[in-house]
Amino acid sequence: MIPACPLRSLPRGEAFRLDVEPPIAVFHTEDGEIYAIDDTCTHQDASLADGWLEGCEVECPLHASKFDLRTGQVDAPPAKLPVRTHRVVVEDDTIFVVPSDAPANLPPGVAVRCQGAA
Amino acid sequence: MRTVAVVGASLAGLSAARALRDQGYDGGLVLIGDEPHRPYDRPPLSKEFLAGRMSEADLALETETEDLDATWILGAAAEALDPGERAVRLGDGRSVRADAVVIATGASARTLPGTERLSGVHTLRTLDDARALRADLAGAGRLVVIGAGFIGAEIASTARTLGLHVTLVEPASAPLAAAIGAEMGAVVAGLQAGQGVEVLCGTGVREVTGTARAAGAPRVDGVILTDGRRVPADVVVVGIGARPGVGWLAGSGVDVGDGVLCDATGATTLPGVIAVGDCAAWFDPAAGSHRRVEHWTGAVRRPAVAVRALLAGASAGSGSDIRPPEPPYFWSDQCGTRIQFAGHARPGDEITVEEGSLADRSFVAVYRRGDRPVAVLGIDLPRPFTRWRKRLAADALRSPAPAA
Repeated sequence: MIPACPLRSLPRGEAFRLDVEPPIAVFHTEDGEIYAIDDTCTHQDASLADGWLEGCEVECPLHASKFDLRTGQVDAPPAKLPVRTHRVVVEDDTIFVVPSDAPANLPPGVAVRCQGAA
Repeated sequence: MRTVAVVGASLAGLSAARALRDQGYDGGLVLIGDEPHRPYDRPPLSKEFLAGRMSEADLALETETEDLDATWILGAAAEALDPGERAVRLGDGRSVRADAVVIATGASARTLPGTERLSGVHTLRTLDDARALRADLAGAGRLVVIGAGFIGAEIASTARTLGLHVTLVEPASAPLAAAIGAEMGAVVAGLQAGQGVEVLCGTGVREVTGTARAAGAPRVDGVILTDGRRVPADVVVVGIGARPGVGWLAGSGVDVGDGVLCDATGATTLPGVIAVGDCAAWFDPAAGSHRRVEHWTGAVRRPAVAVRALLAGASAGSGSDIRPPEPPYFWSDQCGTRIQFAGHARPGDEITVEEGSLADRSFVAVYRRGDRPVAVLGIDLPRPFTRWRKRLAADALRSPAPAA
């Protein structure tokens, strides 16, 4: 379980990028839900924390792929693969992320870089 | 409607086919492509693919599980549209009859007259073009890129990362000037120069020269500029724009200008025929004229609009519920920075930096005409850029922007 940030520092409608490898994006929706997904779009290298949050969906800031924050599923192309989701725990006013054990779906150039660094 | 033929099997054609299925069309679907390849993504051709960081498999636009239940005819160019039979005639003699036709034949790269006979002179539009350029760059030391539009500027940047000596030649006063204006184009010139690209703006090309060889076509060896300077080159890339692929529509009854002339929902002058992507010039209510939009996002988003009107029937296009198209959006990765732009820039627009700074080469600049924001440029600031892009789109929906 990784501490992400204090709950009060992440207002509704905002996102936070957690600098782990690979980075994780934490979203606080307008409805008050908190979700965590891999930060890197599965299509090409772009940070989803910089994306456009609407309901339970985030739109990639580069090519407008849309992902469902609850499931990671692709709601709009060009992305072809779902983004990995992570469990979120809020304790003592702090947001924690429980990183998934599943393999990440990183985009082509990024996948090479991460494997090279491992 | 029992059969729809989609002519063009790239991003716009694929998006139209997807839109047909998404919107409930369950009849026959034929996709016709002049290239032998399944639909692939073109933007990486001048960047990640050229640099060797993406493979051909990575370029595929379709998912592994996707099934459009379509018939694919690839490697066959459309040669004519017969309006009476509503049939698409192909170069190999075949004919595809359809109740409706989606024109998505894209555009082809303009060439410099006189360079066709030279080996080592390239344009970049297709996967095959990119393969050839990549192979040629591998053994080259000096590259001259003619034209500093998106493709030219991106190739210049990529070639620098591959270690080539690169000269970028542009008759306008700055790179990307036609799209983002001269003032911000000068910022891009700075990015290019900072990366070691020799940027020569305000000069055209008088001649591309070659050396005769014992066998085969003469090999390019340099470029002579309009001011008389000579720039040596092992490889030359010509990036001077594209012309819409509309020649095959002659005699079809589909009106053609600079692209296929369409109403604001993509309907052509022939009932049951729509046009999308780089070949299509939709009527833009804000500009009061037809405008061909050659951007990737237009090829993705507009087909759903055109297909909706097509499925609703011929009368749908003339109603008052036509939503003006969202402002064009495009991006370009070059010199290690991400350039994003939305809207239409014109000379005389007032440009202000709203976030970040020019000095840091990380900023959002807003273009205004009168007091109204009409375009936004972002360099390495995707979050505020996206907020502005959404705002422009919302403004456009409320009331069309002033034309000039």
